[in-house]
Amino acid sequence: MPEHTTILSGKKFNITLDRLCYQLIENHGNFKDSALVGLQPRGIFLAEALQLRLNEILKPAKVPYGILDTTFHRDDFRTHKGPLLPSSMKMEIVVENKKIIFVDDVLYTGRTIRAGLDALLDFGRPASVELLVLVDRRFSRQLPIEPNYVGLMVDSRASQRVKVNWKAAGEEDNVWLLSE
Amino acid sequence: MAGLSVKHLVGIKDLTVEDIRLIFETATRFKEVINQPMKKVPSLRDLTIANAFFENSTRTRLSFELAEKRLSADIVNFSSSSSSVSKGETLLDTINNLIAMKVDMIVMRHPYPGAAHFLAENVEATIINAGDGTHEHPTQALLDAFSIIDKTKCEISEMKIVIIGDIMHSRVALSNIFCLKKLGAQVMVCGPATLIPKHIESLGVIVEHKVEKALAWCDVANVLRIQLERQQAGYFPSLREYANVFGINKERLKAANKKIVIMHPGPINRGVEINTDVADSEHSIILEQVENGVAIRMAVLYLLAARN
Repeated sequence: MPEHTTILSGKKFNITLDRLCYQLIENHGNFKDSALVGLQPRGIFLAEALQLRLNEILKPAKVPYGILDTTFHRDDFRTHKGPLLPSSMKMEIVVENKKIIFVDDVLYTGRTIRAGLDALLDFGRPASVELLVLVDRRFSRQLPIEPNYVGLMVDSRASQRVKVNWKAAGEEDNVWLLSE
Repeated sequence: MAGLSVKHLVGIKDLTVEDIRLIFETATRFKEVINQPMKKVPSLRDLTIANAFFENSTRTRLSFELAEKRLSADIVNFSSSSSSVSKGETLLDTINNLIAMKVDMIVMRHPYPGAAHFLAENVEATIINAGDGTHEHPTQALLDAFSIIDKTKCEISEMKIVIIGDIMHSRVALSNIFCLKKLGAQVMVCGPATLIPKHIESLGVIVEHKVEKALAWCDVANVLRIQLERQQAGYFPSLREYANVFGINKERLKAANKKIVIMHPGPINRGVEINTDVADSEHSIILEQVENGVAIRMAVLYLLAARN
């Protein structure tokens, strides 16, 4: 196990997820005209956790959910060491005229979200796109992208990494700050 | 993160099993892309690819062109009939001219075996072999194996595959043998003795001359085209005789009494090596092969491009 500081775990982790759900319901009601889109590879765990909670709260309404892979729209195809391998995609939801909520675990430079916006365009013209992240690494943005819903804000250096672990992926539900 | 172990795709011989698996994984994603409403991805938008076909082709050339366009690459097409080759220009000069115009990758089909290997040793650009004489046709073998896995949902190592037809002159057969053996399958070749090369058992394949026995043995039958152009050499008495003795028809499939996946690299000679009622049946994955061909070629181009 790499050297790390746990900055969110246990009860507080679950309370944060609950709070994010209620913030979403505040703006999107029963999700009639909205959809959650989890960004591959790690945003899907958060998106699924949120979808489960939302479906519980909003019964019998179900939240439309898609999985978006941004690999082909990344801007570092040439500069990345080794090939960028894509993850699977499942966009069976309607995008046209819907309010889409991108879900990712950590927001750092913002480049993944920029790639996600491009990838989303392939599926239609959304009415609007919002961003939900569990961790916002403040002051690290390289593009003008900001989140609409934030789990927690972290001040970190470029040499550090924030990792979100999920029980669904065989780990524990928590957030680590790793020093490289 | 490792990519392909090769800089060019000259033959299946040079690929490792990990390379093949990587290509399959990437192709699965590209298959999703070509079924989306928006079939393009921008990954190769900074590349120029030349399709240099010194031998006729419709299927392979179209497949490569579509793969390249869907990756947003710029394309130039070159066919030898309408070109300086008829004026006597050498292969190396022709290709170096293309490269001087900043073409990054060359997809080449050539009638001489070893042409792709020769270029890979002598030019700067990335070379992809789309068929070199009677030697190899690597993307065909990759798409064939990928189609088998896609249809049967089984590992290739569990399968028994027979290649039926003119094995002697077939680059598709040779590349398929290399690919399937690398992935651990049992491979049989079946055809008239005049069309099966001597010593082919040294590649680890079983030789069979009775197509009924081959069908009883196999899980998958890859049927090759009888090359009508070669009929003058007298490898067998007549097309009708070939169809009678080796043709894949409904009766032979029924007699085998098991589920066999039928494949064909195309183009089909209906009524010669394969009958219409088999080619269009639910056992046949001939059209899926074509769809998978575009996805496999996208994966190969994408992974080779990333190696710069």
